[in-house]
Amino acid sequence: MNLIEALVFYAAVALALAGAVGMVSARNPVHSALFLIANFFALAVIFLLLSAPVLAALQILVYAGAIMVLFLFVVFFFVQPGQKHEYVHSLPVQSFLAGVLVLVLVVVLVAGLYFGGVFAAEEQIRYLGAARADLADPQQLGRTLFSRYLLPFELTSLLLLAAMLGAVVLARRDRGKEGRS
Amino acid sequence: MELMVSHSLVLSAVLFTIGVLAVLARRNPLVMFMGIELMLNAANLAFIAFARHLGELDGQVYALVFMAVAAAEVAVGLAIIVSVYRYRRDVDVDAVSQLRG
Repeated sequence: MNLIEALVFYAAVALALAGAVGMVSARNPVHSALFLIANFFALAVIFLLLSAPVLAALQILVYAGAIMVLFLFVVFFFVQPGQKHEYVHSLPVQSFLAGVLVLVLVVVLVAGLYFGGVFAAEEQIRYLGAARADLADPQQLGRTLFSRYLLPFELTSLLLLAAMLGAVVLARRDRGKEGRS
Repeated sequence: MELMVSHSLVLSAVLFTIGVLAVLARRNPLVMFMGIELMLNAANLAFIAFARHLGELDGQVYALVFMAVAAAEVAVGLAIIVSVYRYRRDVDVDAVSQLRG
């Protein structure tokens, strides 16, 4: 990792963390969505540095382009300006409990990574093989996708079709109760 | 392990935790949904980091399939949120207790 790579990487890490924290803490759902878009762009930069250019492009196209536009569409469509939310917490100390659980979770995850040898240096040599060079090649990814992973790829199309039908059925206005709303 | 890979894995863990926090602490279903997206993205980051570490493309293929799953999940989830909004005008996830099977 040379100096420029390191600079870009840690700037992207900072942006990703800022976007995630902003997403949780913003009061307005529109602001949450915009923070999340910043987070997705930062992750796309990290994917690019981890030699996955196809996934970096797809991250921007699919997440920032399609999914977040869908989110913003729903927010703009249904949330009235100045709408007051009166949320009732069924657990009175819910935020506190959530904070404690999340703290425990992050400690467990990072400790697991640490004791699992993420920062151990000795494995570095073993994997610096010939395969490293064509990891960033879209052609290789396409060949892998359409040979070894052909069945999951085709099943993905089935999943998307099912989700499309499900979304249409769920969001359709009920014909029998037209006069209600 | 390469420093960038291990730091990516730590970032992935932290982002996943922030997604969990969004689901647990926020009561707006849209923001909770964004938390789920964040968790899926954190898993994607871990897959891609391991693909880089092992020098194999398999992790990238998994990440690709994950993105399709996330898109499908968003389509269905937002359709549910839209129908609840249409019915109640405001959404509090604790108040939606009529969805019982």
